[in-house]
Amino acid sequence: MEQVLSVLIWALLLSGAFFLVSGALGMVRLPDVFTRMHAAGMADTMGAGLILVGLCVYSGANFVTLRLVLILAFLWFTSPIATHALAKAALSGGAEPYTVGAGDGGTDDGAGEGGGAP
Amino acid sequence: MNRVLWLWGILFALWLPLSDHYTGLFLFFGVLACTIAVFFGARMGIVDRESVPVHLVWRGIRYVPWLVWEIFKSNVRVARIILAPRVRVDPSIVHFRASQRTDLGRFIYANSITLTPGTVTTGIVGDDFEVHAIVQEEIDGSEENEMNRRVSVLEGEAA
Amino acid sequence: MFAVTAAALLVAMCLAMCRALLGPTAYDRVLALNNIGTKTVVLIAVLGFLNGRPEFLDLALAYALINFIGTIAVLKYIEYGDLGTSGGSRRRRAMEMEP
Repeated sequence: MEQVLSVLIWALLLSGAFFLVSGALGMVRLPDVFTRMHAAGMADTMGAGLILVGLCVYSGANFVTLRLVLILAFLWFTSPIATHALAKAALSGGAEPYTVGAGDGGTDDGAGEGGGAP
Repeated sequence: MNRVLWLWGILFALWLPLSDHYTGLFLFFGVLACTIAVFFGARMGIVDRESVPVHLVWRGIRYVPWLVWEIFKSNVRVARIILAPRVRVDPSIVHFRASQRTDLGRFIYANSITLTPGTVTTGIVGDDFEVHAIVQEEIDGSEENEMNRRVSVLEGEAA
Repeated sequence: MFAVTAAALLVAMCLAMCRALLGPTAYDRVLALNNIGTKTVVLIAVLGFLNGRPEFLDLALAYALINFIGTIAVLKYIEYGDLGTSGGSRRRRAMEMEP
């Protein structure tokens, strides 16, 4: 039983770390602010989620777990609101969404298509 | 009135484990703080179906696991796009109509779309949704309709 | 195992910081900052377990609140130029200012 729990915690923490790092990698590689939002969303949802669930499994059923669940619920409620506010501000601030036709299609040098900072 | 009691109960249930002190004085402070907060909320008239949606709890219990599974699947899809040797994105902004009747239902639907990586809601006017997708396959056809249908079920019959 | 997770978090934060420094638009920087904040919340929680002091979770909870409010405040500042303005988009305000 101990072994199974330990393996489960390792799996949750490592897969969470995988999603976090690949989300951060996406923030560097993707071409404009709108596509980077999707990468950031990855780190916010599954990255943070799997790590916090792993910590929940480690700590067992007590108030520490309840606090972890509160943090997770709060992150999952606020992350879409912040992302939506950012997307709306970027659109009204004149950032042009990257499209395949405009660039040469799938470069990975991260050259932004967005308009200048206001 | 029922919702006011619900809100008080939720706030006190939140306060109790966060404080983690069970002596008389601290419990009294907790009761006092919750009562004052709920009193001002009721006085401002903000305790209603939208701010305390307790009527969604039972149907929400069935919606959340499905949403988490969807989030996991689209996480894997976006991770495959990012980790490919050559990033191939085909972002586009699409418009479509949602079938929810209340603002709360639209809010839940828009947040579910944004929470799923690969799609971000950029604007809502009435029931017209404007969604940015990292690849067009993320948004079209059955998947979004499925989410739309499930949120409409979650929203329930009563308007 | 918590040390491995904390190391992965730090690597991810470094990558996000690259984006915050490179980012061509202000929105890229805000996105990177918001993401670093989220990772900080998780990092505080992991460090609490690493040190065997779960009391750190209260700090993580407070940091999550402040991170959200801070992101919204910065976006509002970029959008309107000050924090006291209420309502209306910048586009509409520009239209109103024209004679």
